[in-house]
Amino acid sequence: MTMHKQLTTGGATERWGLGKLKLLAASMVLAASANAATPPTSEVNTTGLAVTDDTVNVGILHSVTGTMALSEEGSVQAEILAIEQINEMGGVLGRQIEYIQEDGASDWPTFADRSSKLLRRDNVAAVFGCWTSASRKAVLPIFEQYNGMLYYPTFYEGLEESPNVIYTGQEATQQILAGLNWIAEEKDAETFYLLGSDYIWPRTSNKIARKHIEDVLGLEVVGEDYFPLGHTQFNSSINRIRLKKPDVVFASVVGGSNVAFYKQLESAGIDLVDGDMSLLTISVTEDEILGIGGRNIEGAYAAMKYFQSLDNPNNESFVKAFKERWGEDSVIGDVTQAAYLGPWLWKAAVEKAGSFDVDKVREASPGIELETAPEGYVRIHENHHLWSKTRVGEAQRDGQYKVVFETQELMEPDPFPEGYQ
Amino acid sequence: MSNFSLSNLMTRQDVLGFVVLALILLVVLPLSLDVMRLNQVGKYLSFAFVTVGLVLCWGYGGILSLGQGVFYGLGGYALAMFLKLEASSPENTSIQSTPGIPDFMDWNQITELPWLWEPFHSFGFSLLAILLVPTVLAYLIGFAMFKRRVSGVYFAIITQAISSILTILIIGQQGYTGGVNGITDLQTLMGWSIRTDYASYVFYFVGVALLFVCLFIAQFITKSKLGRILVAMRGQEDRVRFSGYDVANFKIFVFCVGAAFAAVGGAMFTLQEKFMSPSFVGIVPSIEMVIFCAVGGRLSILGAVYGALLVNVFRTVLGESFPELWLFAMGLLFVGVVLAFPDGLAGVYQKYAAPTVDRFLDKAPLFRRWPSSTSHSEPIKAS
Repeated sequence: MTMHKQLTTGGATERWGLGKLKLLAASMVLAASANAATPPTSEVNTTGLAVTDDTVNVGILHSVTGTMALSEEGSVQAEILAIEQINEMGGVLGRQIEYIQEDGASDWPTFADRSSKLLRRDNVAAVFGCWTSASRKAVLPIFEQYNGMLYYPTFYEGLEESPNVIYTGQEATQQILAGLNWIAEEKDAETFYLLGSDYIWPRTSNKIARKHIEDVLGLEVVGEDYFPLGHTQFNSSINRIRLKKPDVVFASVVGGSNVAFYKQLESAGIDLVDGDMSLLTISVTEDEILGIGGRNIEGAYAAMKYFQSLDNPNNESFVKAFKERWGEDSVIGDVTQAAYLGPWLWKAAVEKAGSFDVDKVREASPGIELETAPEGYVRIHENHHLWSKTRVGEAQRDGQYKVVFETQELMEPDPFPEGYQ
Repeated sequence: MSNFSLSNLMTRQDVLGFVVLALILLVVLPLSLDVMRLNQVGKYLSFAFVTVGLVLCWGYGGILSLGQGVFYGLGGYALAMFLKLEASSPENTSIQSTPGIPDFMDWNQITELPWLWEPFHSFGFSLLAILLVPTVLAYLIGFAMFKRRVSGVYFAIITQAISSILTILIIGQQGYTGGVNGITDLQTLMGWSIRTDYASYVFYFVGVALLFVCLFIAQFITKSKLGRILVAMRGQEDRVRFSGYDVANFKIFVFCVGAAFAAVGGAMFTLQEKFMSPSFVGIVPSIEMVIFCAVGGRLSILGAVYGALLVNVFRTVLGESFPELWLFAMGLLFVGVVLAFPDGLAGVYQKYAAPTVDRFLDKAPLFRRWPSSTSHSEPIKAS
């Protein structure tokens, strides 16, 4: 501002012309206010991250090739959308976010390799990425060693609480318990049949489900089956289901197996719409229905925290923006929404901390709220998971879910649930 | 055959090749790359152990194995089991329901260490297991197949089946093997952190040294009478049999050598990635290893090293810049190489560069009197 004074008191007024001077003054005021919002790089980055005076680099690490590409595509799109929206609003601490995208190639060692490149060579301030538990387990030691920050979007089995990860999806108890309570009451269910793909997430989920059904609800589990990943022959299991006649089939079959499972269920004459049997899945989002076909899964229930059909203003504008950016035909599943939260939660934490330093961002993270989340309102818990509601949706013929239930309160994340281990 | 002097073992071109490779791996790369990139090169070199073994089995012996990932994986898992036990001390795992066992066992409600894991508390046993388990398995497979004169396509299919079986076994028995996640979060080796930059350097140089040991063994085999018999078998198995040789034993031997090499490579991978995963055991990675070998040249043990190195560098560079494109590029590369240069990079070198280099060596004082071919080896052509 001192320069401004000098100019007006000197003979500049005549030579520059009044208009130009006003413009100059205005631009200097602007620059000054921008400076206030843009603290110097030396202050906000004391650990050598890739932060300049106008940019900050982050990483996006998902599979864009291989078997997981189909599932992870939505997460990549959501993260890019969030980053673009944040940049439009002026970025983070006055800096535009630039992302470096790496391909995990559906291969866990590749995930490990690329994450160490992002953290050690690119010095990114945060990484948004991973989808499967296996890929997260592969990169976890690297994030802990080189002190990176990972925003992990998928609903998962819990049993983990790393200082270097923010889990933006639900852990198993958050996703499962309310859904089981609801279906037990709504359908007057007495007997359950548990099904899942054979790896850690379905096994842990079913373990929690069984404890809850038997110990808390006092009901009965009449069968439990697992299938290798990619399995497509479910007939023998479907026959057992027809024999045992459970009230509820609780399914956590993942990936391409789903297509075969629901088609065979349909052709075996198990009617999910009007029949006596209900099905509650925790693994089929709108993305998977694209492959399964709405007709085959119509009437099934899903327990998640987000459905594309959620009716609130946040979600309306999110769905609109997503379709504008990625095409009218895109669908948005639970994980895609959780991935969208990542950059926003990171931005909020960085701004609260006033720094990009990972340690400070970590310290600032618990308690961060997001009023604008498409799923409604979320808050980061001390244990780095999100408080969030659980909802139950009923699959419709058009591939969307109709929300039929949501918890009153936010569910507390509990990655190491007592009594369920 | 009795006196195996160096000049019998190696032509001057071989010596030059070994020296150049040693210079690249021991001087040029360590000086020009930072530790993270060097660590990546180290991991790519772990595949070179497999491809050198494939040159012996496939290039020389005509035994196409599409299951080398099995041996690579077993070697890697043997070491990973030892490292995992060390990382799972009761203090480190105190939050588990059962402290002192690997974390994935705890997730799978296993409450005591399975007997299969017990011996892997011992480092000596683990080292032996790295070499012996894959070699014994290779012996059993080889014995069952070659004694029954199963060969060619049938053998390739059976090796594929075995790699498929082992993958299913590892993924299915997740309580005992870590399942699809693999064995992760390895920390120390005999109390010494394997996660430091210093450790990365050490493992890189240990890996290169072991690779050269394997290369010398392979060179010895190719230049010995054994190597000639392998080539003869590849061409006319029956004639060799009628000449009184037990063909099966030679095949079993070279298959076991290939398996042992692959196992060492797998163990070096575990050390450098601090992680072992079933994604190396399956059919696809096994076939990729054959591609590395084909690109390098299946008749050249040095070519195989370059093949493993270059394809992987290519994959990383392309994967980092154009994630969506690298699979296509890799496919095109393979098709291109096989169509245009059936003997791979080594074939290209033999055809275009070798004569010039030879003329140059005629003038070099050190090499002038070194024979340009060993006593009994004209260049071996693919049949």
